[in-house]
Amino acid sequence: MSDRRPEFEHRVRESGTGTASPAGTSALLDAAVVTADESFDHTEFDDEGVSTAPPVGSSWRLVGRRFVRHKIAVASLIILLVVGGLAAFASVVSPYDFNPPLTSDVLDDARQPPSWEHPFGTDKLGRDQLTRVLHALQKSLLIGLGVAVVSVVIGVLIGSMAGFYGGLTDSALMRFTDLVLVVPELAVLLIVAKNPDPSFFGLFEFPPATEVPGMILILAALGWMAIARIVRGEFLSLREKEYVEAARAAGASGPRIIWRHLLPNTVGPIVVFATLEVGAAILAEATLSFLGAGIQLPEVSLGNLISDAESTVGTDLAYLIIFPGLTLFLIVLCVNFVGDGLRDALDPKATS
Amino acid sequence: MTKYIGRRIAASIPVLILASMLVFLLVREFGADPARVRCQQSRDVQCRERARQELGLDASLPEQYFTFMGDFVQGDWGQSQRTDRSVAESIREDLWATSQLAFWAVLFSGGIALAVGVYSASRPYSRGDYLFTGLAFAGIAMPTFWFGLLTIQYLTFELQQLVGSAEPIFYSIPNPVGSGVVDYFRELALPVLVLSVQLVAGWSRYQRSSMLEELNSDYIRTARAKGLPRRRVVWKHGLRNSMSALVTVVALDVGALFGGLIITERIFSRPGMGSLLLSAVNNGDTQIVLPWMLVVGVFIILFNLIADVAYGVLDPRVRLQ
Repeated sequence: MSDRRPEFEHRVRESGTGTASPAGTSALLDAAVVTADESFDHTEFDDEGVSTAPPVGSSWRLVGRRFVRHKIAVASLIILLVVGGLAAFASVVSPYDFNPPLTSDVLDDARQPPSWEHPFGTDKLGRDQLTRVLHALQKSLLIGLGVAVVSVVIGVLIGSMAGFYGGLTDSALMRFTDLVLVVPELAVLLIVAKNPDPSFFGLFEFPPATEVPGMILILAALGWMAIARIVRGEFLSLREKEYVEAARAAGASGPRIIWRHLLPNTVGPIVVFATLEVGAAILAEATLSFLGAGIQLPEVSLGNLISDAESTVGTDLAYLIIFPGLTLFLIVLCVNFVGDGLRDALDPKATS
Repeated sequence: MTKYIGRRIAASIPVLILASMLVFLLVREFGADPARVRCQQSRDVQCRERARQELGLDASLPEQYFTFMGDFVQGDWGQSQRTDRSVAESIREDLWATSQLAFWAVLFSGGIALAVGVYSASRPYSRGDYLFTGLAFAGIAMPTFWFGLLTIQYLTFELQQLVGSAEPIFYSIPNPVGSGVVDYFRELALPVLVLSVQLVAGWSRYQRSSMLEELNSDYIRTARAKGLPRRRVVWKHGLRNSMSALVTVVALDVGALFGGLIITERIFSRPGMGSLLLSAVNNGDTQIVLPWMLVVGVFIILFNLIADVAYGVLDPRVRLQ
């Protein structure tokens, strides 16, 4: 990382959103190789390497312009917005109820293969599968966003303290982070999610994982490590910068320097990792609910919709599995593509 | 070299101890209360109190930890609350089952990831490279449990109908009748395929990036300038030096596999560590959970150690630090 710094420095000052390559743990991102200056965007600099771009303030417009160039990411963002909108207004958009009273009218519609009336078909009880998928998506997206927000809060808190104060604080916090990374994630999630009355050391109770807030809490409790590491790494190099020294000389307190000077310069990698965390959390929630440890029927989730229809594998009713899973797959894929686009836009030097 | 390995081993002992404490705390403090589970069916108000005493839960957490670790180190892992079976015996059997699946999955995925990574790195930004990049994205976003069900739907049931055979070509459950080599692979094929999706997606990207880094370095340019054929430079110099990164990641992931096959084993009804934990958690068999977590933790840390050592062996520069 250090060998790429000098060339990069003026950009950091000019645009205010400069970021180094996230040296993270995600397999795909780790793979983001730093090869020379492949996609370094020369257009915004003249020959002397002085930025010809407008100064601070319009930096996010620059990021936006670079993001738009990543066509798959833009398409993914549009899909996400449309699907998210449909899910959010599912009860308005869909003519069906996701859990209708089982009248004979509804039951007459049972086991309908996909058609214009029921694009994803209907289940054994005549419920429209598309409506159920949309309602499940509400929870998936809510959980994904919630986990990202909570993980960022925890990760930034731990990472910034470790990176800014260094020394003993740093080693203690980072050893703890490494330790949490060693724990088998899905097993711990299962054990905690299966606890009917979870509490924090008997001090206060927190909601069980069968509800959205509880699910967000336990997923975020195991999802902050990558962000903490990134923030720490960024802080370690940023705290040596002259402007930090200047702030210190002016008498700014530690928290103020962290909040006003260091964090704004770390926004890029945090946003990228938060996006990837959204995708990972959506997958994790679906997996837990599939294994019976998360959202419980009659509340729907993409995971329990699939486990509920598991017995239809090998029959003509298998579409009941195919559509919820396909939705889950495409949503996570889109989220990851948006993350990839953001990474390219925020950190033009790291190419995959 | 011995000194390097010794240092690595010494460094992982405190990690092991701290990890055991963390795991103990997690399971006891955030997992279901064993006394409550035992008294689920009981109307006796005293039941829970009695169970707490019997299970030693009335002692303080540190006391409980030392009692448990003492028994654990001596090989006394207790009995299943549900079946009275020895926990040590269950874990030993299930470790063997999981190891077989993990072994074939790693062999299969490692081979494919290596080939894909080398191909992509030697033709970066070509059509093939973009195709594999897209597939890697798909692999990472793929819900394992759903993909598993799809393979059963298409490769077990529909393929059987297509061929019109009496038996499915790939079994979706362990086959109790056949025991030959062919049957062994007929029941392993689908679980290995499902596991390989995510492993190949991660590993091939890793191999691509480390290989690309090597191919862009000066010694490769020198070798080419001396007139060595491209093929030889890629396979002999580039591949060899890029392997250390892949070997490290594979070793790390293998450790995680011992506790990470929960979904695959559940989908294909296979015995193993994953099934053991899932049934223990579902049935409130808390006696199994703690030893299980510790054994898996030991494997993860052991393979972290192996990864460290392998990195030092393959890349002498690491040893000096």
